[in-house]
Amino acid sequence: MNKSDQNAPTAQPENHEQQRALLGDLYRQMLLIRRVEEASAKAYAQGKIGGFLHLGIGQESVCVGAIAAARKTDYVVGTYREHGHYIAKGGSPKEVLAELYGKATGSSGGLGGSMHLFSQKNRFLGGYGIVGGHVPLAAGVAFASKYRDEDDVTLCFFGDGSVPQGALHEGLSLAGLWKLPIVFICENNQYSMGTPLYRTLAVEDVTERASGYALARDRFKGEDVLRVRERVGVAIERARKERQPTLIEVITYRFRGHSMSDPATYRTKEEVEEWKLRDPVPLARQRLLAEFAMPEDQLVSLEAAVKAEVQEAVRFAESSPPAEQESVWKHVYADPALDPRST
Amino acid sequence: MRLSYREALNQAMCEEMERDPNVLLLGEEVGHYQGAYKVSQGMLQKFGEKRVIDTPIAEAGFVGVGVGAAMVGLRPIVELMTFNFSLVAIDQIINNAAKIRQMSGGQFKVPMVIRGAGGAAHQLGAQHSQSLEAMFCHVPGLKVVMPSTPADAKGLLKTAIRDDDPVIFIEGELLYGNQGEVPEGEHPIPLGKGDIKRAGSDCTIVCWSKMVHLALAAAEVLAKEGISVEVVDPRTLKPLDTELIFSSVAKTHRCVIVEEGWPFSGVGAEIAHRIQHAVFDELDAPIERVTAMDVPMPYALHLEELVVPTAPKVVAAVRRALYLAAPTA
Ligand SMILES: Cc1ncc(C[n+]2csc(CCOP(=O)(O)OP(=O)(O)O)c2C)c(N)n1
Ligand SMILES: [Mg+2]
Repeated sequence: MNKSDQNAPTAQPENHEQQRALLGDLYRQMLLIRRVEEASAKAYAQGKIGGFLHLGIGQESVCVGAIAAARKTDYVVGTYREHGHYIAKGGSPKEVLAELYGKATGSSGGLGGSMHLFSQKNRFLGGYGIVGGHVPLAAGVAFASKYRDEDDVTLCFFGDGSVPQGALHEGLSLAGLWKLPIVFICENNQYSMGTPLYRTLAVEDVTERASGYALARDRFKGEDVLRVRERVGVAIERARKERQPTLIEVITYRFRGHSMSDPATYRTKEEVEEWKLRDPVPLARQRLLAEFAMPEDQLVSLEAAVKAEVQEAVRFAESSPPAEQESVWKHVYADPALDPRST
Repeated sequence: MRLSYREALNQAMCEEMERDPNVLLLGEEVGHYQGAYKVSQGMLQKFGEKRVIDTPIAEAGFVGVGVGAAMVGLRPIVELMTFNFSLVAIDQIINNAAKIRQMSGGQFKVPMVIRGAGGAAHQLGAQHSQSLEAMFCHVPGLKVVMPSTPADAKGLLKTAIRDDDPVIFIEGELLYGNQGEVPEGEHPIPLGKGDIKRAGSDCTIVCWSKMVHLALAAAEVLAKEGISVEVVDPRTLKPLDTELIFSSVAKTHRCVIVEEGWPFSGVGAEIAHRIQHAVFDELDAPIERVTAMDVPMPYALHLEELVVPTAPKVVAAVRRALYLAAPTA
């Protein structure tokens, strides 16, 4: 066992019945996210979506489990691979797909695109495209919570590839120094674009960085969504109650290429197939059936409902009006009279 | 020989690395992945891991490493996956690379090339669609090169690698697949020497990189109306071939400057200033500019088209310069 496993909680807060309901809900969320991303891949192939499209297929347990451990009022900051985080934080598939379609009804009204989902109402503070650049920003959100004496916690997600990036270290450094209520979550999917982790990091255990910055640490495999929820939950409580930030590394895997244009020839079919045996979505389904004796027909109807919701979201995105022209200059400055076309 | 823009860049690097063992390439995904845009295809196999170096995502780090290595005799080519990420390394570029020669009283030089893709591609959103050449041109000590064709890409990159100063070499993200004739053998192009991409007599269009192709398309449209446009491509923005621009304006008496970047403090503003100062009496009309709108890039396709320069916008600007349409306010 890894020495950072000592941070694992010893007792389960829920009884069997509650656990079952919880896992049922987390399974539904993961499936919803997967189906939304599959629908977006299809729309991309049909040329209905442009730009970069990065899918988190295979990694759903991380965002779903982690965000399930947070309160609605907690904040989440993510990367460009953030459709799942956005939905797990309460965002609707309609808003995501409409944004990808460049529609006025999208989360950012068609201005942001796949990499830049935001939701003020759900306290989802964005998807960011510059690797590591959002980490200090997330520390700033946690700083504001502490400053105002509020007990909200910030979850900051980033990839293994951002660990060498300077901004990340400055963010971790300040969070540790100022005891900010934040949980840093490295989604280690073992590749940054075409580069495997061992060619990026001299020390592959990302959480080794924690001690130098006075962060607590934890590191675990991510395929079990309940485990992710428990372990991140411990860190969230530590941040909330003790203002002690934590650096967490969750080992996961993306089944698709880095983006839609990446054929991912840098890894073997066997490797991908092996990871697919630990696909978090069917794993949760299996547990519901075997461990929690959930009737199969209950799962089937849940799955049908998810399918219908995604179909409806696609219809919504396709039939929504295009992003508004005025939005291009309306949102550059606070003062609507300050028209950037004449600055 | 016919080459794509990306092949031309690849040849330039390979030839220079064969010629000079101090030349090396480092950047994200340049080796095993064969380049994010496949510009370094085959180079790892040819030169090995010692000279074609995959870096982690640490731009400040590996640009800085390039600066230090250059100070003591290497000639690094540092590839940025795109120039949007130069912003992460901007301290190394502006405070170190650009200043060391002068701060050291001429004792040290920084012969490095920082190259990679610039400009908007399609729908990459606000953080991935920037044309930052004006920012680099603003900084004394840097040279700025922006080729529009495969031949220019090859000739200029070879010169940039041999140059003893830090060169910002910005490639068009949408130009990599463009094909063009490239001279056989050596044809280094001096930095600071522009090129007439189409000769004409009624109006000069000054433009570089991807904008040259918009201007050529606009020139075709205008030719059908009997308007003859001269397309001037400075190729290097710093140093700038002002003589070529002035002589073209002295011939056509009208000028449109097209740039992909934002208008405020843009490169076009500097060029317009120089033209009016040097050849004021030659001008028959105010200089027109076509730039991106002064906003972060929106994602939706139809909004992106609203923001970026397009051939119809260039056509309209030429008409204004010819008083065939109302001038801009
Ligand atoms: C500063 C910066 N450099 C380079 C890039 C290009 N880029 C985008 S994603 C990526 C790989 C990131 O890998 P990782 O952090 O592991 O996240 P993952 O994509 O695996 O989720 C790279 C190199 C970027 N967006 N920002
Ligand atoms: Mg990764």
